[in-house]
Parts: sequence; C-alpha cells; structure tokens
Amino acid sequence: MTLAIEVDHLQKTFKGKRVVRALDGVSFSVPEGTVFGLLGPNGSGKTTAVRVLTTILRADGGTARVLGNDVHKKAALVRSLIGLAGQYAAVDENLTGRENLQMVGKLNHLPRSFVVGRAVELLEQFNLTDAGDRPLKTYSGGMRRRLDLAAALVARPTVLFLDEPTTGLDPQSRNDLWEVIERLVGGGTTVLLTTQYLEEADRLASQLAVIDHGRVIAEGTPESMKADLGATVLEVGLPSVDDGPRTGEILDALGPHTALVSGTQVEVTVDNGPQAAMVALRALDAAGIAPQTFNLREPSLDDVFLSLTGHRSEAQQAEDEDADLTPRQRRKKLRMEKLEDALPVATGELA
Amino acid sequence: MSTAVAAPNVSGAPHSTGVANNLRWLASDTATLTRRNILAVTRIPEALFFSTVQPIMFVLLFRYVFGGAIHTDATSYVNYLMPGIFVQTVAFGSVSTSIGLAEDLQKGIIERFRALPMSRGAVLLGRTTADLLRNIFVIVVMTVVGLLVGFRPTTGVASYLAGVLLILFFAYALSWGFAIVGLSAPNSETAQVMSFPLIFPLTFISAAFVPLSSMPSWLQGFATYQPFSVTVSACRSLMVGAASTGTGKSTSFWVWQSLAWTVALLIVFVPLAIRKYRTRT
Repeated sequence: MTLAIEVDHLQKTFKGKRVVRALDGVSFSVPEGTVFGLLGPNGSGKTTAVRVLTTILRADGGTARVLGNDVHKKAALVRSLIGLAGQYAAVDENLTGRENLQMVGKLNHLPRSFVVGRAVELLEQFNLTDAGDRPLKTYSGGMRRRLDLAAALVARPTVLFLDEPTTGLDPQSRNDLWEVIERLVGGGTTVLLTTQYLEEADRLASQLAVIDHGRVIAEGTPESMKADLGATVLEVGLPSVDDGPRTGEILDALGPHTALVSGTQVEVTVDNGPQAAMVALRALDAAGIAPQTFNLREPSLDDVFLSLTGHRSEAQQAEDEDADLTPRQRRKKLRMEKLEDALPVATGELA
Repeated sequence: MSTAVAAPNVSGAPHSTGVANNLRWLASDTATLTRRNILAVTRIPEALFFSTVQPIMFVLLFRYVFGGAIHTDATSYVNYLMPGIFVQTVAFGSVSTSIGLAEDLQKGIIERFRALPMSRGAVLLGRTTADLLRNIFVIVVMTVVGLLVGFRPTTGVASYLAGVLLILFFAYALSWGFAIVGLSAPNSETAQVMSFPLIFPLTFISAAFVPLSSMPSWLQGFATYQPFSVTVSACRSLMVGAASTGTGKSTSFWVWQSLAWTVALLIVFVPLAIRKYRTRT
C-alpha cells in the first residue's frame, strides 16, 4: 500500500513569551486514497502538524513526507501536489469568487485557458455559480468555506489538507460541506482532516488519530474508538451534592465504564442507552434518589478524552472554570488567550 | 465534475529548474498579485477617494491658509509647495504598503500563498509594485490639482517627468521600508499607528513646506539632508528650477543626493523585508 502521508516523530516548539511544545513526537501515516482524521481540542497541535505538512512551517525534528517527498527538502514539489483549506477561510475579501479561483490557478502556474474553465467548473460544483461574480463581502460564512475548499482544489491536488473545515459553521452548511468532501474522496483524493468534532471525524474519516499536547494518544477506526468508548452517554443531574457518591456507585454498576461524579452531575458511558437508562432509573428509585435531569446523548470529543486520558480536554476545563466568571471577565480572558495564541505564530520559523 | 477540463501536467511546470524559468515565474506571479492588489483598491473606491482628498486638503491649506505667511524669494509659494506636496503624498501613501501586508497576514491569505508552488518573492514584489502604480495615479491627480491652484512648472515636460520619476523611485524604496513595518505589526490597525510616527517628522522637518532658512540653525542640517528633503529639493529643482530651493545648490547636486539616498534605502530595506517575510509566519 502506497503512503500519501508519513509523519515520523515530528517535533516543533514555539519559543514565545512562554515555551509551547506544539508537536512532541507525532507519528502517523495515511495510505493513498483514504481520509485520515486528526482529532483533538484547541491547541493540541493539529494545525501545527498541518502547517508542517503543507511546507508553511519548518519542524524542529522528525520527518514528514508527502507522496514520498520530504516536505522540507522538496518543498516546491510538495506544494505542487497538495491543496490546503484552512479554518480561517483564506480567501481574498476584495475579489469575487471567480477571481479568487483564477488567482490561485495562476499562482499554481496553470495555463490561463485551463484556469478559466476550472473556475467555472468549481463554482458549479460548489453551488456558487450565481455568486461567482460577486465580491466576497456579500458571501455567507458557509459560502466562504465552500470557496476556500474550491480554491484548494483548483490544481487538482493529489493530497488535500482540511484544517477544521467546518468549525464555526451552522449545521446546514456543515452538512453541505461534508457532502462535498465525501464526493471528493469518492474521486480518489487523499484527505487529511483535522477536527474538534467526533461526529465529523466519524462521518468522514476511515482512520483516526487523537492528538493531545502534541502527541498521538490513540489511533484506530472511528468504530473501534466508539466501541472502546461506549455508544451513549448517560447524564444524571441531582438535587443535592450529597447524592453524588451513591449515584456514582449505581451508575458504575451499569457496565464496564466508570462513572464520573462532578458536584451534582454524574455521567457514565454505556453501550445500550435505553436498557441502561431503565436499569439506572430503577436502581436510583430503590435508593430513594430522584434525579432533577436525566439525559442520554451521543459521546463527544470530550468524552473520548475523558476515557483516553482520564482528564477533560483543556478547552472544556477552561469552559468549566469560566462558569464562575462574569461575562465581562470571560471576554477579557478570551481576548488574552487570543493574544497568546497569536504569539507562537509571530515567532515561528518559515520552512 | 461533468464538464471536466483536462488537467495539464501540473507537476511538471512549476518547479522546472533554471534561472530563466524562475525569473519568468517570479514575473508572472508578481503580475498576478499586483493585479490582485490593484483590484482591491478599485473595489473600495471610498478608500481611494478619501486618500486623494487628504492631500488635496493639504494643498488648499498650505496654498490659501498658511502660504500667505510663508515667504519664498525665488519663486511663488505654490511653485515652492507642490513638489513638497508630491513627496508628502507618496510618503503618506506608502503607509498603505504596511497596512496591506499586515492585513494579508492577519486574514491568512499569505498562509495560502505559502502553500502554493509560486515564487517566494512575489508577495512583496506584487505589493510594492501595486503601490508604485497607485502612486503614479496619485501624482497625476495632484499635478492637475496643482495646476488648478496656480502651480506653473517652468522647466519643460522632460524635466518635470524626470522629477516625477525621482519621486516614484523614492516612494518605491519607502514601500519596502513600510513592508518591514507591516510584517512586524500584529494587525493592520497597529501597522497604521506604527507607521505615522516614522513618516510625520520626516515629512514636516523638511524642505517640503517652508524654506529651510526659516528654521533654527540646529535643525537646519537634519532638515536639509534627510532623504525626504533632498528628494523634495531635487524635484523642486527639476520642476521649477534650482534657484527655487533657496539653497544655492545645483539641480544635479540634489538629484544625486536623492538617488544616493533612495539606492541606500533599497539596499537596507529590501533584504530586511525579505528576511522578515521569511521568518514571520
């Protein structure tokens, strides 16, 4: 089996105000013609990995190859083989959709006649024909993402990198984009997809790696991961903290997974939701505990983390901490975090 | 993909070796990005309009409000003023190089460029070339405005055009300087506020608006020989005669001074800007 992407012990440290070890020995490989999902919370190193693979950033150690070519030593060749669509929708605000696509085509050094035809084709394929000659200012968020993806496809790349393609999109736009990506994969393109959403990875990827603190902490198919995790999460909200420990014991008894008690909230992952719910309710009733809330839901990325690492993802922890803050303090904290996030970017080295 | 267009040999073209080929791609990529930057200017006509209104207001302010109090011996004040206005206008305009680059970095479009098989130098060349073209437009507009308020060049068309070329060359060097500012700023707003403290003293502590002899003697040395001033004096000599500068120096003296400064600035700014572009991600 030919490998489209090989990443071996990749390392990257940003030395800004604080030292951030963005990649701490990441390794994975992606066979040609498959979709690989890199799953992780904000700041886990997903984007850094993509930036190294797309020749934008130079790694400190380890190797990365695209179709057998070292991304640093053969950067020019790699650039002509790949397409990149980013979470920031890097399209030009002041140009029309068509002009954006044609510009990318020209910068790929494709003949003008081809570029013109390809732009028409892509606008049609992405449902943007009517908007093709309007400036991007009039585009919705979903339209921008579609154009961003179209721009990544102008030169018919063999390997496509999608960095959080649907982050911040409404469910309808997300669904539309998923359909487009699925069609692409049917056409044989290799895709590396980063995402924060388990649902997205589950729908699109055939193979997954979960990444945290710059390391791969789990690898497998979405099915095997969900099997490890349990299919459903059962959440119980209690009227009093005192009932927590006993509810925990009751939910522990439901299956192989351990319940997590945090204050008045107790949750556990179970394999058969309705079945477990009935058993749990009977047991709670027998113990004289009357839950205030009782929910069954799909497992989230955070549940994957909880089960893999025993801790919540840092994004979730931050959210929990923020619950005590006033809206004003929360906004200030968010601004500071954004600033800090910008720092490693500003001091990064270019490949 | 029903109307599939045959894909050309994509992998063959962009990375063929050879200096001639690389230069060809550099020229073609620069042209593509220059066009993109010019299109951006035409898509926001308000920005172009107001950036033209500002120098016109300076012309009117100095011509009709301050000008009466400023005494020039060898020529009328409006003739003295206009070459100064030209240099001021292109200098203020070169700030847009820093704003444009900071914006491209901020919006992630440069990230996309970096993952494309395009020439590495084209981003900076395309930006500075677009600003050069915009400066040509601005100088044409300001010449017309000058003529309307009584500006009368005395040295002939060829000499006038030589003056314009000198200003454009100087402005081009400034663009590279402000490219460094734009690449150093965290966002476009900061790029703008970082630029003006650099531009302002150089524009006003100069021969642009008032005769040098009216300044205190400790200021005259800097005000006479700093790059903005020598370029103003060179243009003034080329457009309305060397005597108008009131310095007793010849036209060629100022022209060489200006060319030397411009070349020196390019030698410093271009490598620094390229280095900054390479290290800033």
